[in-house]
Amino acid sequence: MTVIDRTEFRESLPAASRLLPTRMSLVGLAIAAVLVVATPLVVEDDFWMTVLANAGAFAIAAIGLNILTGYAGQVSIGHAAFLTIGGYVVAYFGAERGWPLPVWLLLAALVGGAIGALVGPFALRFRGNYLVVVTLALLFLTVYVVENWESFTGGFDGASTNSAPLSIGPIDFRELSLFGKDFTREQGMFYLIWILVGATAVVARNLVRSRPGRAMQAIRDRDIAAEVAGVSNVHYKIAAFSISGAMAALGGAVYAVNLRFISPNSPIEELFISIRFVAIIIVGGLGTIHGAIVGALILGPLPELVQENIGVLDFTVPLLDKPFVGETAADGGVFTAAAFSEILFGVLLILFLMFQPTGIAGMSRKLRARLAARATRHDEARAVGEIADEGTEDPAGTTAHE
Amino acid sequence: MEKFFQLLVAGIAVGGIYAIIALGFVVVYKVSGTFNFSQGGLVLLGAFVTYQYSGPWGMPFFVALALAVVTLAGVAMVAERVVIRPMIGKPPFAMLLITIGLLVIIEQLVRSIWTEPGLVLKTPWGNDRYDIAGVTIRHADLWTMGTVTVLFAAFFVFFSRTDAGLGIRATAFDQEAAAAQGIPVSRAFSVSWAIAGAVAVVAGVMLTSRGGSALSPGLGLISLRALPAMIIGGLDSPGGAIAGGVIVGVTEIMAQGYLDNDTTGNVATIAPYVVMIIVLLWRPSGLFGTRAVERV
Repeated sequence: MTVIDRTEFRESLPAASRLLPTRMSLVGLAIAAVLVVATPLVVEDDFWMTVLANAGAFAIAAIGLNILTGYAGQVSIGHAAFLTIGGYVVAYFGAERGWPLPVWLLLAALVGGAIGALVGPFALRFRGNYLVVVTLALLFLTVYVVENWESFTGGFDGASTNSAPLSIGPIDFRELSLFGKDFTREQGMFYLIWILVGATAVVARNLVRSRPGRAMQAIRDRDIAAEVAGVSNVHYKIAAFSISGAMAALGGAVYAVNLRFISPNSPIEELFISIRFVAIIIVGGLGTIHGAIVGALILGPLPELVQENIGVLDFTVPLLDKPFVGETAADGGVFTAAAFSEILFGVLLILFLMFQPTGIAGMSRKLRARLAARATRHDEARAVGEIADEGTEDPAGTTAHE
Repeated sequence: MEKFFQLLVAGIAVGGIYAIIALGFVVVYKVSGTFNFSQGGLVLLGAFVTYQYSGPWGMPFFVALALAVVTLAGVAMVAERVVIRPMIGKPPFAMLLITIGLLVIIEQLVRSIWTEPGLVLKTPWGNDRYDIAGVTIRHADLWTMGTVTVLFAAFFVFFSRTDAGLGIRATAFDQEAAAAQGIPVSRAFSVSWAIAGAVAVVAGVMLTSRGGSALSPGLGLISLRALPAMIIGGLDSPGGAIAGGVIVGVTEIMAQGYLDNDTTGNVATIAPYVVMIIVLLWRPSGLFGTRAVERV
């Protein structure tokens, strides 16, 4: 069953299975790498550094969710559970026990993967709507365990993640010093997290361009037909949940370190966080790796952008005679900044589903296809000595993605 | 033993409310094939709108309730027209995610409009109770059980005797065939959402009245417990909605009465989901649902 829209299409198998399918993707990657290296050199402000690092943590988790939803076709509204699990793993093993960085990173991914593998079998029995409610159950169960397993999670008091070791070999991300320049903890965390985004993206890309990725997409498009054709639903659905859970827990672990503290969210908050991730992958583009990253970069900092630009939004609403958005409830605005950004998430989710279901990735794909079509028409026109009519649409179109 | 009967009565009453919410879920699911997650938001909004009419605006309770039913039916129909109707024929998950987006928006709107804490929705029956052989029965519970009976009877008549009801069933069965027979499919969508909005008000008022009449923004989340109820009962059977509702309600209240303590915390919040998972593993189509046949 196609989830929202068919996603990727390339002309041939070898073309589809390259790590970087087009020249554009190489250029894009180079630009992204430069941006990651340069941002902490330019942005000195700790607040925005943390916001951008958080967006990276969201991107890691969103890539995981996109594998599950965009590629394997299983919708989850319980993904915040994996982030929470990752966060508590780092609080307990990293901060409390002082286990080194690579170990707690790996452990977070392993625990997330194991929990994902436990949820996976449910996807074999239940589809669609049912499965969504099962993931909701996972979310509430996680909140329950977090609140009550005090020896591990600290219960309602929460747990600190601040002292989790952040060094690997000679490199300490807490007090990073490169090329004679000293970086703050925030800048170091930015590098650590965005390196992990890169690693996650490579793993994800390698996964989806090879046999398992094609198997997952076959299951997404028609799971029973895939099974008949020899694609094991058991293997790949469980694998999809497991990998997705591992990535989300990894994102959750570094996010928790970034926040320095983790405490239980109420069930409704967890639900809203999960929905935020669904919004991220829909807005970014289902079934694309870079879409998840773009979505996280746009939607991740949204609450902070609202908070910081309150001056634009606190105009007085006529009739009600109240400011439109107030920073907190005490300001007496129609909306608080937090409520307003939640509503924005909901509105963006709905608008994209209705009008741009392929997300931003789909937009850029369409744009590229249109440019390519125009170039081809120009060449052909020149060949027969006419001027191409720019106004008419090519009926055959190069709308490759449809 | 008295405690057991006490909890049983309360459980059945709560289950009745879940059955009402589940009815809203079932009606929309029948027509569109999608769980309407915004139902939780409608329940929440319904309770607060009833409060607004009866409290600050001073209407008599039953007038306020009736007006709130009309209001919510209207709100639900508008929501359906604007964001759901355009999605007909698109992949069902898109519609499902849209209802989740609606849930977020409605929740935040309610929290932003009624910011004052400790609002109380006054009902004619208030917190009155009877004592029968040591078992306390709240008037609210009796009202709930009466309402459930009347609502389900009304729905039975609606779905088996009226054109609109038969139209919804035909649309649920096969949209294209229904349209070919001259049944306005779009009306079936509208009516099903209007019903979902209307029953949401009743459920919201009943939930609030059971919880001691204090309005809580947590109603939306509590309403989602009707999803396990509906799944346990089997999605396409209204009778199943009652059975599922009562199973979930009784389990939740029993868990609260016997298991909740300092070490176990709030078991009641997860009990419905645990029961659902157990039932689903045993019967994937619920207790009374039609077994799905999958074609390749």
